[in-house]
Amino acid sequence: MNASRLFFARPWIWSFAATAVVWIITILFTGGASTIGLTQAALTFAAFSVIVGIGQMFVITLGPGNIDLSVPATMTLSGTLALKLMDVQDGLVFVGLLLAVGLGILVGIGNYTLIKLLRIPPIIATLSMSFVVQSTAIWANRGLRIKPPETLADFTTSSLLGIPNIALVALVLSALAWVLLEKSIYGRWISAIGQSTFAARMTGIPVDGTRFVTYALCAVLASVCGYLLASFSGGAALNMGAEYLLMSIAVVVIGGTAVAGGNSNIPGIWGASLFMFLVVSMLNTYGFGAGFRLILTGLIIIAVILLAGGRQSTR
Amino acid sequence: MKLSSSTIRLIIPAASLALLLAAVFYMQPRAMSYTGLNLLFNLAVPIALATIAQMLIMAVNDLDLSMGTFVSFCACVAATLLQTSPATGILIFLGAIAVYAAIGVVIHVRQLPSIVVTLGMSFVWGGLAVLMLPSPGGSAPVWARWLMTAKPPIVPMAIVASILIAAVTHFIVMRSSFGVVVRGVGGNDRSVERAGWSVIRLRAATYALAGFFAVLSGIALVGLTTSADANIALRYTLLSIAGVILGGGEFVGGKVSPIGAVIGALTLTLAGSFLSFMRISPDWQIGAQGAILVVVLALRLALNRLETREKTQ
Repeated sequence: MNASRLFFARPWIWSFAATAVVWIITILFTGGASTIGLTQAALTFAAFSVIVGIGQMFVITLGPGNIDLSVPATMTLSGTLALKLMDVQDGLVFVGLLLAVGLGILVGIGNYTLIKLLRIPPIIATLSMSFVVQSTAIWANRGLRIKPPETLADFTTSSLLGIPNIALVALVLSALAWVLLEKSIYGRWISAIGQSTFAARMTGIPVDGTRFVTYALCAVLASVCGYLLASFSGGAALNMGAEYLLMSIAVVVIGGTAVAGGNSNIPGIWGASLFMFLVVSMLNTYGFGAGFRLILTGLIIIAVILLAGGRQSTR
Repeated sequence: MKLSSSTIRLIIPAASLALLLAAVFYMQPRAMSYTGLNLLFNLAVPIALATIAQMLIMAVNDLDLSMGTFVSFCACVAATLLQTSPATGILIFLGAIAVYAAIGVVIHVRQLPSIVVTLGMSFVWGGLAVLMLPSPGGSAPVWARWLMTAKPPIVPMAIVASILIAAVTHFIVMRSSFGVVVRGVGGNDRSVERAGWSVIRLRAATYALAGFFAVLSGIALVGLTTSADANIALRYTLLSIAGVILGGGEFVGGKVSPIGAVIGALTLTLAGSFLSFMRISPDWQIGAQGAILVVVLALRLALNRLETREKTQ
C-alpha cells in the first residue's frame, strides 16, 4: 500500500524504473563488457537532452499551447556563433559562453514579443522565430568548420571521478532549476499560471513578466546546450539541433510533467533522457535496422504515455 | 452590407493570397499564364490535402505532429505497393486509416495529450516509411501521374483541384450534420455528449477522415514527383499547422475553416515562389518565409480587433 502510494505520488519513479530495466537488458546482452562505457555515454548524451528538456519543461508548465519550437535553431545559432567568436583561443571561452547566454536572451525576447504583441499562438510564433534564427545560422556558418578552443573541448569530453563533466553541468543546472521551481516564488507563479491563467492574473501574479522570463530561460538553456554540444562534437553543424526538437518535448512528457501545464517534474527529465538514450543503444546492440529502431522508439513513447497518462486521469 | 464573422475570417487569408499573387505577377509577368499558374501552384495540392487533414484534427482540439511522417509513409506506399499490386496498397491504406481512428479512440478514452501520442506515432510512421523505401525511388501509379498532370481547359489542374478540395471539405465540415457535431466536440465536448452523441465515435470518425485526406495527400505528392523517399514530406507537419492558422483556424474551440485552410496552403506555397522571384539569397529564404508568416498573422490580428469592435458596438 505504502509502496504503491509512493509510486503514485512520484511519477518520475516510473521513468527511472524503465531506465533500469533497459540498462540491465543491454548489459546482459553484451555480457557486462561495456558497463562503464555504456553508462558514461548514456550520462553524456542524456545530459544534453536534460539541459534543453528543463527549458522546455518550464515553458510547457505555463499551460496548454505553450511550447518552444525554436530550440533546435537556437542551439545551432549559438554553437555556430560562439565557436566563430572564440576562434580556437582558450582565453575567450567565457566570452563565448556570455555570447551564448546573450543570444538566448535575444531569442527569448523575440519569441515573447511575437506571442504578446501579435497574439500569435506560441507554436506558430516560436516556429516563425526559429526560421529567422536558422537563417541567421546558415548565413553565419559560411566557410570552414571551426574547432572549439582546446580547454573547452577537453572539458566537455573528459570526466571527473568517472562522471562526465557534461553530466555534472546538467546536474548543477537541474539543481538550480529545482530550487527555482520548488522553492522560489517564480516557480509557484509558473505553476499557478499553468493551472489557470485567469485565476493567476486575478491574484495579482505578473503573468506577462513571468511568461517572458520563462521563454527567455528556455532559449538561454537551449543556447548554452548548443554551445556545449558544439564544443563536445568538435564543431558546429547546421543540423546539430534537429533531433532535439522532438527529444526536448518527449523527455518532458515521459518524465511525468503534465502536458496541460501547471505540474512539472525535474527528476523525471533525467529518467526520461537516460531512458531515451538507452532504448536507442539497446536496439542498436540487438542489431535492429533504422526502420525497426524508429518504430520501436515510437511504440515505447506511446506505451509510456499510456501507462503514465491513465494514472493522471484517475487522480 | 453586413458581413458575418466567418466571412471576415476569410478576408485576410484571401487578401494576403491575392496580394502575394499580385506581387509575383508584377515581378514576373510571364507567370500570368496557364503554365505559369500551374507551376506556381502545382505543389500546393498535396499541401492543401495535408492541411485539410490537420484542420480536421484541430477541429476536435487536437494537434497531429505526425502529419509529415504519415504523408511520407503514404507517399512511399503509393510509389511502391500501390503501383505494383494495387490491392495490397489499398489494404495498407485502409489499415493506416484504421490506425488513425484507433489513435483517436485511445486519445479520447485515456484522455491523453494528442501532441505526445502523435509525436510517438511520428516515429512509427517514419520507421515504416524507411522499411518500405530504404533509399529514394519507386514510381508513381499511372493514374495518379495522369491525374496530377492533367491539363483541363482554361484553368490549370492545380487550381481546379484546390477549388474541388475546398468545396468538398466545406460541404463536409460546414454544411453536413457530421461536420457540425465534430466542430461541436471542439467547442464543448461535454454538451455534445449530453445531447446524445457518442464523442468517442465522433473523434474516431474525425481521425479516420483526417487519415483519409493525408493518404490522398501522399498519393497526390507521388503523382507530382513520380518517386518517393522516406523524408519526402517531413515539412508538412509544420506547413499544415501554419496553413490552418493562416486560413483563420484556431487551436481550440472547433473554429476552423476548410476554404481558409486551402487558401492558407496556397499562400504558403506561393510564398516560396515569391521569395525565389525576389532573388533573396538562399541563406535567408527560410527566414523570409518566417517573416511572411508573421506579417500575415499581424494583419489577422488587426482584422480580429475590427471584428470584436463591431461586436461590442
